[in-house]
Amino acid sequence: MQIKLPFSRRREVTPETWTVCPSCESQIFNRQLERNLRVCPTCGHHFRMGIGQRIELMLDDGSFVEHDAGLDSGDPLGFHDQKPYVDRLEAARIKTGLREAAVWGIGSIEGQRVAIGLFDFHFMGGSMGSVVGEKLARCFEAALVERIPAIVVSASGGARMQEGTLSLLQLAKTTAPLVRLDAAGIPFISILTDPTTGGVLASFASLGDVILAEPKALIGFAGARVASGTVGEELPEGFQSAESLLEHGFVDDIVPRSELRPTLSRLLRLLPVAAADDGLQTTGDTRGWGPIGVLSGMAERFGTAVSETIGIEVEQPPADGSGPASRRPREDER
Amino acid sequence: MSEIVLSAEAPTAEAIESAWRRVQLARHPQRPRTLDLIALIFDDFAELHGDRSFRDDPAIVGGPALLEGRPVMVIGHQKGKDTESNISRNFGSPYPEGFRKAQRLMRLADKLGIPLVTFLDTAGAFPGPAAEERGQAEAIASSIKLMTGLQVPIVVVIIGEGGSGGALAIGVGDEVLALENATYSVISPEGCAAILWRAPESAPTAAAAMRMTAADQLELGVIDGVIEEPGEGAHADHAGTAAAVKQAILGTLGRITRLDTEALLTTRYARLRGIGLVRETEVASPQLPQEPSLRRRIGRLLRLPGVPRRPRWSEIWPSGEDADANEEGA
Repeated sequence: MQIKLPFSRRREVTPETWTVCPSCESQIFNRQLERNLRVCPTCGHHFRMGIGQRIELMLDDGSFVEHDAGLDSGDPLGFHDQKPYVDRLEAARIKTGLREAAVWGIGSIEGQRVAIGLFDFHFMGGSMGSVVGEKLARCFEAALVERIPAIVVSASGGARMQEGTLSLLQLAKTTAPLVRLDAAGIPFISILTDPTTGGVLASFASLGDVILAEPKALIGFAGARVASGTVGEELPEGFQSAESLLEHGFVDDIVPRSELRPTLSRLLRLLPVAAADDGLQTTGDTRGWGPIGVLSGMAERFGTAVSETIGIEVEQPPADGSGPASRRPREDER
Repeated sequence: MSEIVLSAEAPTAEAIESAWRRVQLARHPQRPRTLDLIALIFDDFAELHGDRSFRDDPAIVGGPALLEGRPVMVIGHQKGKDTESNISRNFGSPYPEGFRKAQRLMRLADKLGIPLVTFLDTAGAFPGPAAEERGQAEAIASSIKLMTGLQVPIVVVIIGEGGSGGALAIGVGDEVLALENATYSVISPEGCAAILWRAPESAPTAAAAMRMTAADQLELGVIDGVIEEPGEGAHADHAGTAAAVKQAILGTLGRITRLDTEALLTTRYARLRGIGLVRETEVASPQLPQEPSLRRRIGRLLRLPGVPRRPRWSEIWPSGEDADANEEGA
């Protein structure tokens, strides 16, 4: 396998009509590449995919509605390296047609509504500044309010240096809503594509209830250059690949692009949003497998102390001499 | 955050020199470290070891302590004093097991309902194959998540270098304070210079551009207070520094322990949600949702004139070329 360096320009010539696969070096007509979901027909190499195509790949036709399209980055530090930050932003907007490196909206996957956030690596390396963080936080908050699953497709070099620690704190800003999703019983599926590194991987992207990755995607905490510079040792081949993460237990599965939509659809059916706890579930009849169900089951076993603590009423079992801790006999035991 | 927008100009020579001086003070070999401050601030401290899963990481220390007789949980990065101790403590750069030890101690604080105090002093989480294999990114992410939902008050003090994700992993709090000569940054100035200037020797310039000093961080709304250092700086007066830090922690705890748990968590959430500069503009999405209209649907099906084809998302936002190598993130 040839190692792709995530941030170096690929040594591929891209004339108008065809593209050379960086993995197997076969020549692919661009139209064929697009039709094949930007996957090399010879070796299965997954080329990077823009947000537009990703929406068409994953969501029901015409279902996607973008939210907060008007959020714009400012230049909070007055950052100027070899070029002012504002100029970099403008250049990226012109190059990609996007206003920022991420987009969020609501769409459906085989009829199931989801709040979805998507990154484009081609906009400043998919880096996360204040606006990208804000969009993702709003995506999670919408999932919470609407009680629909959240999905994020990551492709990012990490936090955006040009906004300094404001970018760093986006790690916490995007992670905080996940605690609320947990409490509300709303699933979050994280999809890691090539490349997902740095601050994005070190926040919400690593915290999916289910984490899927695209084949051979580069996924790692420190960019290979940073790692080799700091550690000063030869890095083993593929130590930051999706396959390595699967082996070490940090992703749930590797899903080829053509399988992504059916896989997501299946997972959404298998991992339904928990029944809303609207405070009206006061009888034991509504017990299920949810946390309230388990707690009310405990309350039944341990008496009123627990049920008072968690604020739900539980039918007390009839006193049968063995005290309040006695278990109500199941149907088949009666 | 207040709207601070400066003109984007290269930092002046003066700004560069001043920022770099602070970076060097934050890294000063005689600067008091976490264990020095713990010994001077707390009445008692029992260091606990290990993440209960893999190993004890000496780059992070922590355990229960008494502050003016009241129990708190203390966690901090620990750099070494000399070459030997720096090697054993990995120069204060934690492996994933360090963050998992911190998480274990945070859960204990949560269980017992005692406030958490953390000290930040790291160049960053350790990169490298072993750290990657054991899930460095996951360890940082889950540590941040745990802190955002922890049901006890959290005070964070940046005592030296606040280096990127490795610092933030134990740095989410209800109030974040920094010593006067401490720094806080998204990437090391050397790393930033190597990527954006393509020259590591531009580190001082990068330090100034990132506005990583405590005073700048306060202005940006990332931290809530700056603790003045005595005399020449913390390295020259450990006892004076510890006294100032202790007073600041007591003041902050006095404020935030008055909040009930719900108010504490709501305020913490709002604090994090408000960080960053975001501008709301009226720009509409390139593909607006359309009312389902029979005329439009039939018109499109039959390709009648006057019914424009709706552009596809892939035409609006096409898959593009690769990003410039100097625009990556950290």
